[in-house]
Amino acid sequence: MTEEPRYGSWGGLQEGRSRRELRLAWRDDRLPEEALSDSSCLCHGNGRSYGDSCLNDGATLMSTRGMDRVIDFDPATGAFECEPGLLIKELLEITVPHGWFSPVVPGTQFVTIGGAVANDIHGKNHHLAGSFGSHVLSFELLRSDGSRLTCSESENPELFRGTIGGLGLTGLITRIRFRLKHVPGAHIEQEKHVFRNLSQFFEMTEELENRFEHTVAWIDCLSKGRSLGRGIMMCGNHASGSSLKAPRAGLLRSVPLTPPFTLVNAPMIRAFNEVYFQKNALSAGSSLIHHRPFFFPLDGVENWNRIYGRRGFHQYQCVIPHGAAEDAIGDMLKRIRRSRAGSFLAVLKRMGSQKPAGILSFSRPGVTLALDFSNHGAPTLELLEDLDRITRSSGGVVYCAKDARMSPESFQSYYPQWRELERLRDPAFNSSFWRRVTKDLS
Amino acid sequence: MKKILIIGATSAIAEATARLHAEDGDRLALIARNESHLEAVAQDLRQRGAESVSSFVMDANDFARHEEVLAAADESLGGIDFALIAHGTLPDQELCERSAQSMRDEFSTNCTSTLSLVTVLANMLEPRGAGSIGVITSVAGDRGRASNYVYGAAKGAVGLFLGGLRNRLHGSGVHVLTIKPGFVDTPMTADFSKGPLWATPSVIAKGIRSAQKRRRDVVHLPGFWLMIMLLIRLIPERIFKRLSI
Repeated sequence: MTEEPRYGSWGGLQEGRSRRELRLAWRDDRLPEEALSDSSCLCHGNGRSYGDSCLNDGATLMSTRGMDRVIDFDPATGAFECEPGLLIKELLEITVPHGWFSPVVPGTQFVTIGGAVANDIHGKNHHLAGSFGSHVLSFELLRSDGSRLTCSESENPELFRGTIGGLGLTGLITRIRFRLKHVPGAHIEQEKHVFRNLSQFFEMTEELENRFEHTVAWIDCLSKGRSLGRGIMMCGNHASGSSLKAPRAGLLRSVPLTPPFTLVNAPMIRAFNEVYFQKNALSAGSSLIHHRPFFFPLDGVENWNRIYGRRGFHQYQCVIPHGAAEDAIGDMLKRIRRSRAGSFLAVLKRMGSQKPAGILSFSRPGVTLALDFSNHGAPTLELLEDLDRITRSSGGVVYCAKDARMSPESFQSYYPQWRELERLRDPAFNSSFWRRVTKDLS
Repeated sequence: MKKILIIGATSAIAEATARLHAEDGDRLALIARNESHLEAVAQDLRQRGAESVSSFVMDANDFARHEEVLAAADESLGGIDFALIAHGTLPDQELCERSAQSMRDEFSTNCTSTLSLVTVLANMLEPRGAGSIGVITSVAGDRGRASNYVYGAAKGAVGLFLGGLRNRLHGSGVHVLTIKPGFVDTPMTADFSKGPLWATPSVIAKGIRSAQKRRRDVVHLPGFWLMIMLLIRLIPERIFKRLSI
């Protein structure tokens, strides 16, 4: 029996205190007896969810990383089928040389395909492509009663929509079939634009979305006054650039250990933001770059999450409906500035109008804002609670995959349809997150 | 394009090694006991770029079939450049202490079956004057320890046998590689807590491929295990017997 828990989450807030950690290896095997005899079990992919949605305190976690086999790849049609533990990184290594790309990629290539489905992830192309779930053709779900259900839009459609964005609660996905996107090569024709404040972002974003398949903005969350919400808009289209080589690793390849305290504080963020903004403002314009630095800029530094120290960090990501977005995001930035908390990573993206693919999907029409905060305990929780108040009053929602602290009240108001997922949940599956946010409100 | 035979192809180290060869566009023949697992591995390797993958279901303890299955695999490949023997189990040491039958069964899986397969392979390759035979043993075979001496003895015996075979085949053109992994994070070792000495199967796989290319005789993987085992072998038996390591 493993004594030291190995499977944590990216925010490093919770030490995963699973009672048992098992490894799954074969898609045709039954669920392990030890998992089914425990109070509950949950699949764990690569642990890149930030909070506790990939943890199962006091019960069983089952790692799917050993289930990383490709089942079918047709370079003529771009249909791809694999086991759930394959990483986006591994997928791209196999398909990009044949001119095919993942239909949707998040900000890191270290997530599993199973996780991409379970969190119905979105990316810089959401305005055109929607979320990952809308490209899934079918999957097989292994339930704790031993049944194997093929799920698609026509077969078991309820479980299909429940499992997409279903946080791993409906059973084990053993195989997933989805559509890849054809690309001319491994590169991106990139264009960077400066916006001097938040309203400029809202003015330019629509026009850029018409010209670019991928758009995302970094904002300086410590800027104030007339520059409130200044930032850089990064846009890109797939390109061939076949003569260019893949980028080499930078100087800092890995954060080797977790310092006892966070290295991220307000003066440092202010300095970083100033330099980052000015550097990008100077280099605004177009260039041809490899897809890796464009899509996964932080992946160049392994374990970057360790800079937040032993207490870890929170990520807050919300999406606010279009009409309310500009005011709500302005209010949030002011509130963050007041807290002197600040965040390196502050990302803004206008989402498309696609219908959410899953019952509990996060992505929906509106503007999404993502921010990282060092964990300082009570003051951090207070700040996040205040952000929640703004999100709630403007009709937005918070992303479950990023969350470690929202109240059951907030969750149930964001996702009133949660009872539908609760009904579809496999009785043997549960997570720390789900127990926390579905507590009865009395 | 190389022709690669892998016995115990569904083991984690074997699968990781097979993927490296698939990415190189090599031709693979796989042998393993569980048909559905074997098929999952074969299918994956085809998608990862292997020129072709053939698979054969065989239990290594089914000695009567060794010659026939190896001949069929050899035929499907059209020759063998590298044969990797990777099958094995981690015996329940306590059970093997209580039951001589269990001890013999484990010895058969981890030692005798390997020696039989290596003998057949050596006789196949010797007249051709080319090819490599790589066998995964273990650092556990370097010294008898209370916690796993059945496994250690089986792996140690294989190591000794390979030394002799290497000596016999020296000058024939056939290369014999003894692979001694340290702690590897695989399903076989799922129940151990992992520390800094643990390596992933893909690290071991890269070591195997490079050792085979460079025609090394004995490799410890990762390399630091050579130093650790040198020190452990230096401890006199009258002290070692008192230790629990």
